[in-house]
Amino acid sequence: MEYFLQQLINGVTLGSIYGLIAIGYTMVFGIIGMVNFAHGDVFMVSTFIALIFLLVLTQTLGLGSLAVALFIVLILGMLLTSLWAWAIERLAYRPLRGSFRLAPLISAIGMSIFLSNLVQVTQGPRNKPVPSILGEVITLSGGDVYPVTLSYKQIMIMVVTAVLLFAFWYVVQRTALGRAQRACEQDRRMAALLGVDVDRTISLTFVMGAALAAVAGLMFMIYYGVVNFNDGFVPGVKAFTAAVLGGIGSLPGAVLGGLLIGLIETLWSAYFSIDYKDVATFSILAITLVFLPSGLLGKPDVEKV
Amino acid sequence: MAVDAVEHRPKATSKVAAALKDALGTALLALGLAVPILALRTEQDMSNELVLQPRWTYVAIAVLAAFAARFLYLMAPRISFKRRSLSAPAGLGRVISGVLLVLLLLYPAIALALVGKAGAIKWIDNFGIQILIYVMLGWGLNIVVGLAGLLDLGYVAFYAVGAYAYALLATSDPVKEFMAAWLGPSFWPLWAFWICLPVAGLMAAFWGILLGFPVLRLRGDYLAIVTLAFGEIIRLVLINWVPVTGGYAGLSSIPRPSFFGLPFNASDEGFAAFFGLEFTPLYRTLFLFYLIVGLALLTNWVTLRLRRLPVGRAWEALREDEIACRSLGINTTNTKLTAFAIGAGFGGFAGSFFAARQGFISPESFTFMESAVVLSIVVLGGMGSQIGVAIAAFAMIGGTEILRELDWLKRIFGADFEPTQYRMLLFGLAMVLLMIWRPRGLVSFRAPSIFLRERRMVRSDMVKEGHG
Repeated sequence: MEYFLQQLINGVTLGSIYGLIAIGYTMVFGIIGMVNFAHGDVFMVSTFIALIFLLVLTQTLGLGSLAVALFIVLILGMLLTSLWAWAIERLAYRPLRGSFRLAPLISAIGMSIFLSNLVQVTQGPRNKPVPSILGEVITLSGGDVYPVTLSYKQIMIMVVTAVLLFAFWYVVQRTALGRAQRACEQDRRMAALLGVDVDRTISLTFVMGAALAAVAGLMFMIYYGVVNFNDGFVPGVKAFTAAVLGGIGSLPGAVLGGLLIGLIETLWSAYFSIDYKDVATFSILAITLVFLPSGLLGKPDVEKV
Repeated sequence: MAVDAVEHRPKATSKVAAALKDALGTALLALGLAVPILALRTEQDMSNELVLQPRWTYVAIAVLAAFAARFLYLMAPRISFKRRSLSAPAGLGRVISGVLLVLLLLYPAIALALVGKAGAIKWIDNFGIQILIYVMLGWGLNIVVGLAGLLDLGYVAFYAVGAYAYALLATSDPVKEFMAAWLGPSFWPLWAFWICLPVAGLMAAFWGILLGFPVLRLRGDYLAIVTLAFGEIIRLVLINWVPVTGGYAGLSSIPRPSFFGLPFNASDEGFAAFFGLEFTPLYRTLFLFYLIVGLALLTNWVTLRLRRLPVGRAWEALREDEIACRSLGINTTNTKLTAFAIGAGFGGFAGSFFAARQGFISPESFTFMESAVVLSIVVLGGMGSQIGVAIAAFAMIGGTEILRELDWLKRIFGADFEPTQYRMLLFGLAMVLLMIWRPRGLVSFRAPSIFLRERRMVRSDMVKEGHG
């Protein structure tokens, strides 16, 4: 029981990270119907941006307070990752809007290859161990064999995720920007006729997705304590699985899917086999798409003749 | 006149000013992008802690380059490509492919004449064979993506199945013992490749059907993602099923192909001795080169023939409109499965050739990146165009391979400069830029497989890319 509880906590933490990345996939798919393949690599770039700023603040500038440092890193990371996503959308996707369907997909795959190799060339191919932070734990239940613990970083990840999801939900549901986004999602041409700046809305969608990915990037770096140029693909595919499982295009679905994928992955590693944990995720992806293509919370796709 | 001149001058300066302003914005953007990733490199010091190495000169170069590129792009006179008339001369394609084929067959001789024996092996192997493997994979995938319109991002799975099928069969002890007892000990090592090649192809085709069956209902991006998942599952199984596949270590000492029973070695029974030639490793390379030329041309020939059969026409009809297909009584299940199976079968052939050429395989060679590269070759070439796929494979693979040869760049940028590490970086960038330049691929005309009276070329944007 204690073991299970512990895995539950770990799974929810991991799931929060996947959920944050999944929102970027689901929003972009919802608005322009494209799988943004480079999103996983944007997330990877954000882990490096977070790492570098953390080192600048703590080493070069010698900032004493960790909380302040993390906050600054979070803000800078969100800004610069958004800048990357904006530039990618402008350069690689916007010229292909309205072109045939495969073109943006290939362009996105090219961008993904470009980003991971850019980071490999500029930052080197080796794993980067991150100085350990927020490692202290609270013991929730004092079993001698398996004490159930909750570390500060897990608390931080869950709290930050919850706060950001609320803020994000507010933007999408209650602001003019969110309204424009939902309008573009339903009918881009009609939205344009009614005075919505479609290009700007799409750009901002990419920017919002990247900002959330940047939060996930910081969390990922703190949680795993190591970053690598190759870390974009697998978390990216898992987050995409989360988006598909929750129903692509649906925001609560992305979060739900993220939590489920995090839980499944953790429990699978704990009880079955850690080697095959990625096989479990990929199988869920395939099974969901084959048997439940609209996901848990998604709207079924109507086939038009 | 004077008035005209006065009126025009502000316009010209404003154009320059606008371009400068725009370029300045681009430079600022480049600065923003470059600052953390390029400016500060994280390195581990002696005590394994990360320290930052500032490299602001690189950032300055990147920003200046972005400024100059944007400014020149804006100031350059716009070249307008006129849309040519719809009918390209139909005979032209045939002439070009004929010339290319002759060049291809003469390529080893040209390489020998230009760089001598020792250099030629490298050029034939790294360029000729390497590119031709991708041409063959591209043509195989072209059946699935270009003709049937089924977007497959896990094609490397079949390449892996072919390679592992050959490697496992050829090195398995029971098969070896059985063959030794039956046909003598020297039979299996010599003939393993020729017997396993069709087996590997069939095996891959079987896997094509197996993986194709559950995804029949899916379309478009969803299909792409599921096939990607299948490709990754197969790779993960290859990594983790250590007793059979050897895990990360892979399988080694895979028998090399023989010249129909004559091994390429220095022994008395070898190829060189049999024909009374002096032994050199060049013969094996030459043989492998012509073998992959033959396999690739076989793929091409089968594809061109299949396009004229009912099944080929059904593939193209499926790509154009699945619902219309169904209402006309075409069995879409069978049509899709044959496309998957035949495409996968050629992937399997290419895989077993790859295993035989390397003599060693590991899961590293079958990553998602390979699928992406092959798919990009098919799309960049122009889906459904055989010659386009070959040109794209030549440009993309040859272009990245040539970076291995650019040692003279070290003299400019210093000895630390390693051109090969920029291979995939430039590959990704080229994919993006080529897609923006020509979203419908390099070859902009398609030969129709069925026509009324006159065989007119079809412009590529008239061809659908398929839904599933």
